[in-house]
Amino acid sequence: MKQIYLDHNATTPVHPEVIEAMLPALSGIYGNASSVHTFGREAKVALETAREQVAAFINCDPSELYFTSGGTESDNIAVTGTARQYRDRKNHLVVGAAEHQAVLAPANRLSTHENWQVELMPVDDDGLSSSDKLRELVTDKTALVSIMHANNETGVIQDIPALAAVAHEAGTLFHTDAVQSIGKTRVDVAAMDCDMLSLTAHKIYGPKGIGALYIRQGVKIAPIMFGGSHEKRRRPGTENVAGVVGLAKCLEIAQRQMDQDWTHLTGLSDHFIDTLMGRLPDVRLNGSRSQRVPQTVNLSFAGVEGEAILLSLDMEGIACSSGSACSSGSTAPSHVLIAMGKDPVVSQSAIRFSMGRSTTKEQLDYVIEKLVATVERLRAMSPYYKRESA
Amino acid sequence: MAHNSKVLVAMSGGVDSSVTALLLKEQGYDDVGAHMKLWDYVDVGADIYRDGRCCTLDSITDCRFVCDRIGAPFYVLNLSAHFREQVIDNFVDEYRAGRTPNPCVRCNSEVKWHEFLRKARELDCAYIATGHYSYIEQGDRERWHIRKGRDVTRDQSYVLWGLSQDALAHTLMPLGGLLKSEVREIARHHGLRTAEKAESREICFVADNDYRRFLSEFEAKRGRSFVPGEIVHTDGTVLGSHRGTAFYTIGQRKGLGIAHPTPLYVQEIDVAGNRVIVGDNDNLFRTGFTVSSVNWIDLSPDRAVEQPFDADVKIRYLHTPGRARITPLSETEVRIEYREGQRAITPGQSVVFYRDDIVLGGGLIDAVR
Repeated sequence: MKQIYLDHNATTPVHPEVIEAMLPALSGIYGNASSVHTFGREAKVALETAREQVAAFINCDPSELYFTSGGTESDNIAVTGTARQYRDRKNHLVVGAAEHQAVLAPANRLSTHENWQVELMPVDDDGLSSSDKLRELVTDKTALVSIMHANNETGVIQDIPALAAVAHEAGTLFHTDAVQSIGKTRVDVAAMDCDMLSLTAHKIYGPKGIGALYIRQGVKIAPIMFGGSHEKRRRPGTENVAGVVGLAKCLEIAQRQMDQDWTHLTGLSDHFIDTLMGRLPDVRLNGSRSQRVPQTVNLSFAGVEGEAILLSLDMEGIACSSGSACSSGSTAPSHVLIAMGKDPVVSQSAIRFSMGRSTTKEQLDYVIEKLVATVERLRAMSPYYKRESA
Repeated sequence: MAHNSKVLVAMSGGVDSSVTALLLKEQGYDDVGAHMKLWDYVDVGADIYRDGRCCTLDSITDCRFVCDRIGAPFYVLNLSAHFREQVIDNFVDEYRAGRTPNPCVRCNSEVKWHEFLRKARELDCAYIATGHYSYIEQGDRERWHIRKGRDVTRDQSYVLWGLSQDALAHTLMPLGGLLKSEVREIARHHGLRTAEKAESREICFVADNDYRRFLSEFEAKRGRSFVPGEIVHTDGTVLGSHRGTAFYTIGQRKGLGIAHPTPLYVQEIDVAGNRVIVGDNDNLFRTGFTVSSVNWIDLSPDRAVEQPFDADVKIRYLHTPGRARITPLSETEVRIEYREGQRAITPGQSVVFYRDDIVLGGGLIDAVR
């Protein structure tokens, strides 16, 4: 059976050049980068070379870049580390209502266990955050504002420079989770004027288990892990040199492919959305059509549960995802769609298609056929879908 | 075989459902494995360190391995909202109403053969399959019926009385003709992880089998309490107090907290008067009671409502059926009169009528009178 992967926002296959670049770091240069001897020094050089490459990619100094196990860890360090650093002077955090759980969960934990007041920054029905609204929320007791660059469920891109400016006016630090935007659109920490930024490799054709946190020179945050002086004590633990090399390589590839990927995916995305909406009634795109990473298409199909579509498509060899289904069987409706004001029924019917470099028009046309057939079949048996009589 | 050979196999992570999936695959069906997530530790207060319970992540992993082994897709379907409303809430309401519920029966009728069947149809499956040790057969007049399975120690026909004809027509139960020991052997032979897994017998959402603990905690979370009242002997004497009629069941001896020269057993739960009535063991033996919510399986409704007839009637999962006369009172109500007294006929429990090893139908015990 044909297999079509449309879940690139969940993860991506590792680019062959990345694998090739990583191999020497797995078998040849295998030393512990902190060791004094030759083996260690070789590994250290590989580590620092990669650091320079990643730093250049996001336009920061290598000394401002810290390697972690991925986006979730970077987010945890940014949120919890900042809160712990400022606990004597500040008591307020502002995080986006549509943030990934990797930001929401540590913030929530701080509120339930460490006396922090956490306020959610709302988004409009297109998924966008407004600077005016942020200005209303930040106070002189706010330690951090965290708003993601591109949303994982809808692809919506926020105006980070404007939001960071508001945070800075109030004397507050600004963090952004760039896990879904890195390598797809320009991420320049100077232009964004953010104080911290999280990124990861595995959404951009790099390996899983490696990411980084940019922390602007001069910004102090408390460590949340202890046990070594690696990464200037901000993230102890023997460095994942192979991972870091892989991260650097996948970003190098992204650098040269970014513009053509954007154009390619915009074309595919438009074709997919327009064709589908032409074939099926009562289909809605969730999230701004224009302010969006084009590969992400989040659609709601009225009258049908997302899970039934997802599983039916999987049985046809088509992989996509739903904000309200996961492999452990939780079906809470997507908090992202709820934050956008969608009613729970709409968010239960949402499916996310996320394309990638390997996606072709032929694949999408096949998916459209299967999707239309599935939705029509489910609508016919649905007690909730009211058909327009012909 | 029907043109559509897709079957949604209900998998708990135990050996029975694993072998069910395996046998159907061998018989040429297109298996789709599905684990029903019915409850969360957060809601039912179970001890998360107890393994092997259905709905734990470990059971799910076991299902996953089995499906991978047989080459079937595997999904976790969350039916917890339905389960909560139809089974858990009902469980609590029944106890509060002075009845003793059987949540497994309720789950079968309202969740498995309702929601799960609906999901199967959404996924374009022609059938669902379960690992019950029973046969589903088509009898005369094209009516589907349930027959007790070959392994008499594992017969589960008692919990299946609520299934509709539509449900039965679309359900496969491949273990009906097998002994438990044979099922384990099949699992072992195929290298399935679940071959040696211990069985779970208790109510799935009451991990420690302590329904009283569950009731207290569950109601406390809802801000609801129980009203203590009197424990009264059948002769009228007030003997002590109870902590809420919901915590007692007919035939119960332990936990009354009363010193008495002879053993005392709960005879009746008087919800209106908020009393628990106790008496001696002999008084527990009754012959007549009424039944409601009757579902006729083998007898078609038009034939059933007419004449009284005799059958073997079972009033509890662990009960040897006794011979009784069944008198239909309406399409969904009957009166049962046993030839010999049966101990502790309990309102709320399921009663199932058999002719030899065929399930004729069943219902819920309404009142003993």
